[in-house]
Amino acid sequence: MEWEAVIGLEIHAQLATRSKIFSGASTAYGAEPNTQACAIDLGLPGVLPVLNEAAVRMAVKFGLAIGAEVARRSVFARKNYFYPDLPKGYQISQYELPIVRAGRVTIQLDDGAEKEIGVTRAHLEEDAGKSLHEDFHGMTGIDLNRAGTPLLEIVSEPDLRSPREAVAYARKIHTLVRYLEICDGNMQEGSFRIDANVSVRPRGESAFGTRTEIKNLNSFRFLERALAYEIERQIEVLESGGSVVQETRLYDPDRNETRPMRTKEEANDYRYFPDPDLLPLVLDEAWIEQVRAELPELPDARRARFMAEHGLPAYDATVITAAREVADYYEAVVAAVGGEAKLCANWVMGELAGALNRDGIEITASPVGPEALAGLLRRILDGTVSGRAAKEVFEAMWAGEGDADAVIEARGLRQISDAGAIERLIDEVLAAHPEQLAQYRAGKEKLFGFFVGQVMKASKGKANPRQVNELLRRRLDAEG
Amino acid sequence: MTLGPEEVRRIAWLARVAIREEDVPEYARHLSRILEFVEQMAAADTEGVEPMAHPLDLPQRLRPDEVTETDQRERFQAIAPQVERGLYLVPKVIE
Repeated sequence: MEWEAVIGLEIHAQLATRSKIFSGASTAYGAEPNTQACAIDLGLPGVLPVLNEAAVRMAVKFGLAIGAEVARRSVFARKNYFYPDLPKGYQISQYELPIVRAGRVTIQLDDGAEKEIGVTRAHLEEDAGKSLHEDFHGMTGIDLNRAGTPLLEIVSEPDLRSPREAVAYARKIHTLVRYLEICDGNMQEGSFRIDANVSVRPRGESAFGTRTEIKNLNSFRFLERALAYEIERQIEVLESGGSVVQETRLYDPDRNETRPMRTKEEANDYRYFPDPDLLPLVLDEAWIEQVRAELPELPDARRARFMAEHGLPAYDATVITAAREVADYYEAVVAAVGGEAKLCANWVMGELAGALNRDGIEITASPVGPEALAGLLRRILDGTVSGRAAKEVFEAMWAGEGDADAVIEARGLRQISDAGAIERLIDEVLAAHPEQLAQYRAGKEKLFGFFVGQVMKASKGKANPRQVNELLRRRLDAEG
Repeated sequence: MTLGPEEVRRIAWLARVAIREEDVPEYARHLSRILEFVEQMAAADTEGVEPMAHPLDLPQRLRPDEVTETDQRERFQAIAPQVERGLYLVPKVIE
């Protein structure tokens, strides 16, 4: 039987506010335990939450960016459960009336096709603290710095049909929240966490199978692998006559498998109800329009523009617009060079990305800035250096040896484009290889490449290869 | 609607409230009376009435995104039963 996977994702994006969603405590990452957990975050008696305007603004930005309905009225609710890193005994979230409803994003599939994925809702909520289970002589240590950090939970429709599609969607949301500057997207620090709901069904069937939920996937690679494993597992269970148990599972990257979380016997009963400490959130039209006016150019629009105006291939445009900082860098290079978009794209995706990756540096901290790279590309375009020498120049610039012109001069990498000089080299090479010359004359035309190589060698790689070809051809043809 | 002893025990468990077994029938009576009151309200015609989320008919006030709290860990932890290396300690919980 042929099976089809049905996947929906819940993504928790930590909003990039300075202070918490309901208190004035800092959200900075990496502080000493509990130094950023104030009375409100601790749920001490008598405190009242007051909603952070920036968190609301960020949620609305996201809603507008995915063409969603932004609720003019939304309501905060209490989600009740007991766990030590949730001091109040409830999490403030949104339930029946979330702030963002019914949006959609477009993903690019591997074959170049596009697919629309529905976003059911996105709601504001507070994060919980952290439990540390090790090293406390049988006790659990609780750090509440993260408690009260604003999250936007983004829930997709079950529109995804493969692990690759799920990754494309998750990456798209990741790109979007970073373009909007509402989330730093740092997956190691937990700023962007993914839960996946997955089920399988016979292809052609319209009813859903029983789903499982894989919690807390913190990389795109783990998302893809965990889904691939879980889909296979469910198919095996069904094909051997069993049935899938609805449960929460965790992915173990070391063993590349998912395992059921130890479940409590009771099914979850969160007893949601409107939080009496918070009034309904009402947004007026003018305020929403003001937020809309602040939206930057979004990745889809930018990608389309790079293809239409710069003539970039779809692949290049997708790679370059995946991160706003990369697209900004690329645009700055194109502006400084004054065109030659494809050459600029090649260098940004090639040498630059390679060096950044190798040294673990963010593009915004690149030792070779867009102006400097443009300086090098201009020297390729005007024939001062060959493409190969340019790579050496780039490495030297990366190592701090100065700008392109300084490196070319200091290392003597200037390409010989002087026709007279190249002709002299050709004379020398032909004179030194009379035997090959005779064979060439006798019709062994493959030797042309040999002569090119010898001239390049005689120039120590500095001759302009295109010129060498032209001049050599003219010389040999003339004599022939 | 009347609640039985099982439901009372479950509600108490969900709320993490310890109750004495001999009090269960009394709680069942009280809780059932609350439900009867709700049923009475459910009989009212609310067609076209927008549900309220709060008894005050006011919108939520927003605060600017500013860090206004200072570190008061020592004061908070002075009243905690057990702390270590800045962490609150609780009986071991493992999922």
